[in-house]
Amino acid sequence: MERNPLRRQLQIMRKSLFDQGYLDEQFVQLEELQDDSNPNFVEEVVTLYYRDSARLILNIEQALERKPYNFHKLDAYMHQFKGSSSSIGAKKVKAESTLFREYCKSGNGEGCMRCFQQLKKEYATLRKKLEAYFQVARQAGPMETACRPK
Amino acid sequence: MNSSSGKEYMSTASSSTGWKAADAAAAADQFPAGLRVLVVDDDPTCLMILEKMLRTCLYEVTKCNRAEIALLMLRENKNGFDIVISDVHMPDMDGFKLLEHIGLEMDLPVIMMSADDGKHVVMKGVTHGACDYLIKPVRIEALKNIWQHVVRKRKNEWKDFEQSGSVEEGDRLLKQADDADYSSSANEGNWKSSKRRKDDEDETDERDDTSTLKKPRVVWSVELHQQFVAAVNQLGIDKAVPKKILELMNVPGLTRENVASHLQKYRLYLRRLSGVSQHPSNLNSSFMSPQEAAFGPLSSLNGLDLQTLAATGQLPAQSLATLQAAGLGRSAGKPGIPMPSVDQRNIFSFENPKLRFGEGQQQHVNNNKQMNLLHGIPTTMEPKQLAGLHHTAQSMGNMNVQVASNGSQSSQNNPLLMQMAQPQARGQVINDSSLGHAPRLLSPMGQPILSNGIATNVSTKTGIQENIRAPSYNPVLQTSLMLNFPTNHASELPGNSFPLGTTPGIPSLTPKVAFPEDVNSDIKGSVGFMLSYDIFSDLNQHKPQNWELQNIGMTFDASQHSNNLQGNHNHSQPVLVQQGFSSGQVNGQNKSATVVSKAMFSAGDSTGHASAQNGNQHLNSLLVDGTVRVKSETVADATPTNLYPDHFGQEDLMSALLKQQDPIAPAEHEFDFDGYSLDNIPE
Repeated sequence: MERNPLRRQLQIMRKSLFDQGYLDEQFVQLEELQDDSNPNFVEEVVTLYYRDSARLILNIEQALERKPYNFHKLDAYMHQFKGSSSSIGAKKVKAESTLFREYCKSGNGEGCMRCFQQLKKEYATLRKKLEAYFQVARQAGPMETACRPK
Repeated sequence: MNSSSGKEYMSTASSSTGWKAADAAAAADQFPAGLRVLVVDDDPTCLMILEKMLRTCLYEVTKCNRAEIALLMLRENKNGFDIVISDVHMPDMDGFKLLEHIGLEMDLPVIMMSADDGKHVVMKGVTHGACDYLIKPVRIEALKNIWQHVVRKRKNEWKDFEQSGSVEEGDRLLKQADDADYSSSANEGNWKSSKRRKDDEDETDERDDTSTLKKPRVVWSVELHQQFVAAVNQLGIDKAVPKKILELMNVPGLTRENVASHLQKYRLYLRRLSGVSQHPSNLNSSFMSPQEAAFGPLSSLNGLDLQTLAATGQLPAQSLATLQAAGLGRSAGKPGIPMPSVDQRNIFSFENPKLRFGEGQQQHVNNNKQMNLLHGIPTTMEPKQLAGLHHTAQSMGNMNVQVASNGSQSSQNNPLLMQMAQPQARGQVINDSSLGHAPRLLSPMGQPILSNGIATNVSTKTGIQENIRAPSYNPVLQTSLMLNFPTNHASELPGNSFPLGTTPGIPSLTPKVAFPEDVNSDIKGSVGFMLSYDIFSDLNQHKPQNWELQNIGMTFDASQHSNNLQGNHNHSQPVLVQQGFSSGQVNGQNKSATVVSKAMFSAGDSTGHASAQNGNQHLNSLLVDGTVRVKSETVADATPTNLYPDHFGQEDLMSALLKQQDPIAPAEHEFDFDGYSLDNIPE
């Protein structure tokens, strides 16, 4: 167990993110890519994700304002969004994306709308949690490789 | 995207050659470390992750978020990569289309990836020739072993090479390449390729053991390809067998196997061109690498047009040859390429040669460096104009739309690629305003559009089969041209409109074009240009031929236009101009359209004006419109090769093309046409 209280806190936060299903194995892949040459890699990727996916969210929102729904287009947007979300390990967001696509395929407009609202919630929640997590991470310093005296 | 690991994509052949030799030796020892991977994905998050993963595997990574740019990079630096990883769903080009292009032109192993794991998508990857398919999210473990695909491919190729007993021939070929005149106009690219091949040959032994990056591959230079196409056309595509083609070509060192595999690809390409209607992919693929770009668009156009022209007897074989030669010369990046066929250009008489209009505009456009030819090419393209064109008409329609939408994006790095969707009329205009990307981009950018337009024109006009070699090419050309001149374009756009401004060599072509009518025909047609550009790009790809084709294509269009034009703006002038655009980095404003035209014509040279005028009618109209709202992205440096897809009159076009090509083509591009983009100009 980490002696350093910040690191300990970080570990707890991290574990909770996984246990509660916000993140999946892919996030670990990102963590493993982080090294001395890229000490903030994970945070950079997540930041990039939120920045880029905001555009997709907006596209979907706008598309959902036009009736009748263009399911094909909605599905295409969501496909992109899903790909992005899965690459950072956003588990719940990915699940909602999958569900949304199912609704698109079956032409269920109501389902799409409801699902999208839920997706946005998950998306926002994850963002807050990760922001908090990274903040602690920055304060705690590099986790694995740090050789600072305890 | 830019090169990572310090790889410069703007390097000229010589530098890359140098690099290659040195690196090859080093790489051989550490293989698979140092494997040169090109990863293409429009999703920046995935791209960043993949890059990091690949770096962790000790590969040399270059990332790219646009397929057209990727193609450009690949074309510009033929032996610069060992393997390509591409996403399936991309906005500017379908991943499978990119896959096809790479397979045809560069023959590199390509891995597809997607979040989509549906059986039919994976199957599509297999049928299109992907060597592997990864499901996203991709794990690093999946990337660790991708080198096996490179080794496998090399081994297979090497085996074929050996079997055909061509090892010696290969050496001889190399020597010949060095001395002989592989390209009529001292195509730097070709020479360099030969050089590179030589280096490759040196690595042969190593290759077998270490699976180094080099492989003894025959480089289908523009000239070689043209010879090939000529031979095929002589024999008749149905009756063309490798053995006879080989005999006709009479190239020492070339083996029957080389010809056979090239023929196979060429056939696929033709099939694609003709049967493209369903193809969602856009012609964007005609994105030609800078070198090619310059040629590409032109080539493609030329190729197509030339061929068709030639076929229809409209374009005198000579002209075609000249154009091609000119095109080739141009690719060499010699601004002053003395276009032998300059006069040819003049022979094209454009009915409405008044590019004047265009000129003014083009000038403007050209100056803009980046010609965003396709900037937002208004989708106003009148489909009916295209009516004559098959596919293209449809494509155009789409294109326009697409173009328009694309217009808005101009990324600095992306040359404006107007992808004229092939039959689908994907006129996506890739706006890359960033000419910066490298002059190379220019060409491609403008080209696509032009090519489409041209292609289309070609088809319609002469009734030539659309299948001009470049599948994407065809539709594009036509559409582009047609589109551009929604109505009144006399399509004078002969190159003048191409804002080749960026290309240093290109003397502001713009004004040459005298728009016959009111140029205002809104350049909507410009979109067409963009398309043509693609086509040309594509054509360029085909290399040797492309070069010429380009020119021809242009001319062809011109001629077509003249026919059509006379009053209709549809000139689908194969505005190879796009090429010009690219150079001019279409700013996304309408200029592009005009620029495109101009580019084509002007691209190569100021002298082009003359021709431009002829053929520019169309272009002009397009360009002139000023309304060429080619918002499309700046046609990134459409390599100087002239984008003149505009065929003002065959002759005019030709001359225009020739002229334009010169100035436009930035010498730095190594024009190495490996592409099949242009149809062979049947001689």
